Amino acid sequence: MGGLIKSSIARKVAMALSGLFLVFFLLQHFTINFTSLFSADIFNELSHFMGTNPLVQFALQPVLIFGVVFHFVMGFVLEIKNRNARAVKYASYNGGANSSWMSRNMVYSGLVILAFLGLHFYDFWVPEIVHKYIEFAPEDPTRYYPELLHKFESPVRTGLYILSFVFLALHLWHGFASSFQSVGFNNKYSVAATKFAKVFAIGVPLGFVIVAIVLHLTH
Amino acid sequence: MNLTLKIWRQEDAKSPGKIVDYQVKGIEGDMSFLEMLDVLNEQLITKGDEPVVFDHDCREGICGACSLQINGEPHGPDRLVTTCQLHMRKFNDGDTIYIEPFRAKAFPVVKDLMVDRSSFDRIQQAGGYVSVNTSGNTIDANAIPINKDDADASFEAATCIGCGACVAACKNASAMLFTSAKVSQFALLPQGQVEATDRVLAMVNQMDEEGFGNCTNTGACEIECPKGISLENIARMNREYLKASMKG
Repeated sequence: MGGLIKSSIARKVAMALSGLFLVFFLLQHFTINFTSLFSADIFNELSHFMGTNPLVQFALQPVLIFGVVFHFVMGFVLEIKNRNARAVKYASYNGGANSSWMSRNMVYSGLVILAFLGLHFYDFWVPEIVHKYIEFAPEDPTRYYPELLHKFESPVRTGLYILSFVFLALHLWHGFASSFQSVGFNNKYSVAATKFAKVFAIGVPLGFVIVAIVLHLTH
Repeated sequence: MNLTLKIWRQEDAKSPGKIVDYQVKGIEGDMSFLEMLDVLNEQLITKGDEPVVFDHDCREGICGACSLQINGEPHGPDRLVTTCQLHMRKFNDGDTIYIEPFRAKAFPVVKDLMVDRSSFDRIQQAGGYVSVNTSGNTIDANAIPINKDDADASFEAATCIGCGACVAACKNASAMLFTSAKVSQFALLPQGQVEATDRVLAMVNQMDEEGFGNCTNTGACEIECPKGISLENIARMNREYLKASMKG
């Protein structure tokens, strides 16, 4: 078991599992956001539950933050190791002949997503923490929808969110399907699993884009 | 056809290398890429210049000795062929062709286009074998019933010639396709089960020690492999490794 931590395969599996965990979280996040399009009450109710439930706040939230940090840190560690594995670069390198742009540039799509997370935390997570655990403000279960609407008032912020979702789609396009291969799942069901991953990679970010546009236009 | 060649020249592993331009004339479409380099070397020797050093042996796509990164792809633009099987008809008169060695920290340049691929040998030596008693009591391999699908998959994995195109193509210089083929050819057969746990742990450990990069599933290795070794082998090696880690 000792060698497992240091091995390239263990790192690859760890990246895949943390990625799959984040994909699952993304689906949950999208589901809640999507309700804002047709019912402010349902959105408020779900957000209030997520924001006040002790299991979500003190068990799932730290796990999620660990998952995000782990995925990014491990991603950069692997990128550095991989760059070191070829000290002298090719004068001519035709990567497009044998692999997709998305698969070769995961670090760049990941960096855009990381920058987006900074903005997203500044917009929602930090104010939530200040509201609940620093100011100890009284909880208003109806505040979530107006706050969400307010954030998407700015066309610049809405544009930045949409741009980030495009990069999220590019990242998921390779990352989600790739995680099956990393955990050793390559069999007669792989074609269907890959198709599902590709649909997810387009569908969920597109859904986030629609939510952002509709909320912006609601003003 | 007349061609401009941009070839990597490097005196030895410690010296810095550089791209040098050469002109070759009268190249026929039916020549192999290596024969084209032979023509260049004859020109260089006639002029009293140092010929370009490159690896080659069987020149019929079997041995895995020839390498070369040609216009940014290992073994050139054709699929399922080695450099010795690549014909000049794939190029056009007046083309400029970049010719570089397979690049990886684990494949140090020996001279010019020749690289040291003994890291592959060490991975193989770490566990790529089965221990069979041959002291007068050898059992015929055909006496052991083997599922046809497993036998075929094992054979396909065993067709890996260890040329290193997978490493050269991979943006991370990963050797997972090679190592997984060598693990798979035994993992699929009953004869390989006895040493299965030790084999995969030792071979992956050696692969990591040699300084190859990590696989990120770009799939470039599978596309560029002259023998069409499948990515399924990497998934199988991942499963074998995780299983062995839990046991060991």
